[in-house]
Amino acid sequence: MKNYISPGIRLTLVLLVILSIVYPLVIAGVARLAPGQGKGETVTVNGKVVGYALVGQKFAEDRYFNSRPSAVEYKADGSGGSNKGPSNPDYLKTVQARIDTFLVHNPGINKIDIPTELVTASGSGLDPDLSPAATRVQVARIAKIRGISTERLNQLVDEYTRGPLIGLFGPSTVNVLKLNVALDAIK
Amino acid sequence: MYGLTVLLAIPLGKYIANVFKPESANGPLERFIYRVGGIDPTREMSWKKNLTALLTINAVWLAFSFTLLLLQGGLPLNPDGNPSMTPDLAFNTAISFMVNCDLQHYSGESGLTYLTQLGGITFLMFVSAATGIASLLLIVRSFLPKVVDTVGNFYVFFVKAITRILLPLSFVVALILVFNGTPASFDGKDSVVTMQGDTVNVSRGPAAGMIAIKHIGTNGGGWFGVNSAHPLENPNYFTNMVEMVAQVLLPIAMLFALGFLINRRRFTWVVYGVMTLGMLCLLIPTLVTEVHGNPAIAQLGVSQPTGAMEGKEVRFGPLASAYWSIVTTIISTGSVNSMHDSSMALSGTMELLGMMTNAFYGGCGVGFLNYYYYLIIAVFISGLMVGRTPELFGRKVEAREIKIASIVALLSTFLVKGGTALAVWFFVKYPDAAWAVKPSAWLNNPGNHGFSEILYEFTSANANNGSGFEGLGDNNFFWNYATGIVLILGRFIPIIGPVAIAGLLAQKKYVPESSGTLPIDTGTFGLMTFAVILIITALSFFPALALGPLAEYFSLK
Repeated sequence: MKNYISPGIRLTLVLLVILSIVYPLVIAGVARLAPGQGKGETVTVNGKVVGYALVGQKFAEDRYFNSRPSAVEYKADGSGGSNKGPSNPDYLKTVQARIDTFLVHNPGINKIDIPTELVTASGSGLDPDLSPAATRVQVARIAKIRGISTERLNQLVDEYTRGPLIGLFGPSTVNVLKLNVALDAIK
Repeated sequence: MYGLTVLLAIPLGKYIANVFKPESANGPLERFIYRVGGIDPTREMSWKKNLTALLTINAVWLAFSFTLLLLQGGLPLNPDGNPSMTPDLAFNTAISFMVNCDLQHYSGESGLTYLTQLGGITFLMFVSAATGIASLLLIVRSFLPKVVDTVGNFYVFFVKAITRILLPLSFVVALILVFNGTPASFDGKDSVVTMQGDTVNVSRGPAAGMIAIKHIGTNGGGWFGVNSAHPLENPNYFTNMVEMVAQVLLPIAMLFALGFLINRRRFTWVVYGVMTLGMLCLLIPTLVTEVHGNPAIAQLGVSQPTGAMEGKEVRFGPLASAYWSIVTTIISTGSVNSMHDSSMALSGTMELLGMMTNAFYGGCGVGFLNYYYYLIIAVFISGLMVGRTPELFGRKVEAREIKIASIVALLSTFLVKGGTALAVWFFVKYPDAAWAVKPSAWLNNPGNHGFSEILYEFTSANANNGSGFEGLGDNNFFWNYATGIVLILGRFIPIIGPVAIAGLLAQKKYVPESSGTLPIDTGTFGLMTFAVILIITALSFFPALALGPLAEYFSLK
């Protein structure tokens, strides 16, 4: 047994230097060349940082494209999902309440036009995206409040839609923060 | 995506085989590590000595990381001012990462410091994956046609697994992540005022390197609380593909490497076929049920154009999330890109089954060790059925080997169901026990789904998987210690068992294969093994599944 403790400790020390010090430092060094310098890419409006491009934030006001419900209210230092099971009766009541709220804020929309992502919480609680359908269903409301034509808004959504990877893989997405920044820029 | 993985895995397997051939030379980095470590790389050891070396160094890591976690609050590299861990949580966390499981009863943003993320977690991720790879190599020699007392040198296998395989691969993955937006700097939280005027703090840190090894080494523990569902941990569909490929790559490549090392490619293709068949059996129902959406939500009248979205991210969608949930449970990674607690009931069943078999590809190196004991049982049963001597690669499988294999197989049932029973007993009898989370507050969901949360936690601990039905209130005395013990047994018994069997077999006389030998590289024998896996799993776990996710499935119809 004793013959194994000394090499165990010495191996541990030398590997700690390689794996826990050298390896992350090299990556941090290379990351300085990446967008955001490895600190996370930010979005700025008039020189002021309004958020991180990848980290979703809460948009609940009617004049903005609303982001998805979040189990942690978009707390970006405490990510989390709802972890509600599909059959949980309380959970289904919450979803029903979200549907009702959405219908009140968006008169003229039929239930069947609401994509499920708008009434369900994301896994991270920080989902930065919506599908194009989930933004379009909000266009009528925003057009009315802001006095912008629906054509202009739909065009904006198109502009900010990111298609599937090389046109083949994955869903189309719209980054809600960037879309809303662009929305504010329309006068 | 899957095809790409296999295409990469074959040449990688060849490369790995070359790295571990006895005549393969050591580079300057390895020679430096051996010198500092005081290791003689030419020394050959018996299986018992190798196991002692393996267990001793693991004990060193456990003591070291436990201490680090207990003291992290007062140590440097803690820009967010996070507290030290309680002893029960530190016990659970240190074990969990040492055994390559990565069950997490804390959230990375608030539960760890950059020092422990790198010096504790990242370090353990590398060395536990390398331990798994080295364990597999310890059984290789019993497959070769000569009688041997020594099975190689654990330290050499271990060091080379890090320097030649894990470190280079992780580096590549980390760079891909960094250029897609994953943070890698040492800055702490950033405070931002959002467009609506809310103030939020955004957690960051040197995460990219850790996220890379978390997948390459099939570890699975997240930098952030929600793991690869977090937009900084898995920024887009492309990184999602990369992380997915990264976690399946080594388990499949190790299988091919084994084939090259023992020169039995046909045998590895049969094993590969069985494992792939197993994966498809779990994958297809999951994809169908997730894309179909939640029937209870459908009744509320909204549309589910792509499928169920609770606990899922828009940038991945239900299809890629469902695929990931199966891959991560059969491979013993346990990282998640959607919340399994919110998966459809049928998907939950499949995720549980993936961990219960734990041999469809399985973890880095240890996946084949799990398959190996099914193999021993299959050889024995088919030998009896056709009246031939049960043999594996020219060596007789006798009572002692079968006993070890059966004990390993039965142990997992015992740990999972025993643990679940104990938890349920506390839940019912002592709902107000004075733990950090009272038993009555453990469950996040009522009824059958609540039972599934308990079952999932113990299954995940035993399989060293690490994913969870995270609604479970698991950071307290009971869960930290109970799963900690299951973790250690669920890791080392399935390593010790197969290594012991292989060590015993290697000492037996080699009988050349003849017409009297049961051929084990045929499709028939592959199906036989599959049947053995199916029957053992069904007998062991069907009743528990029936009480949990299956009951929920039928109630949702």
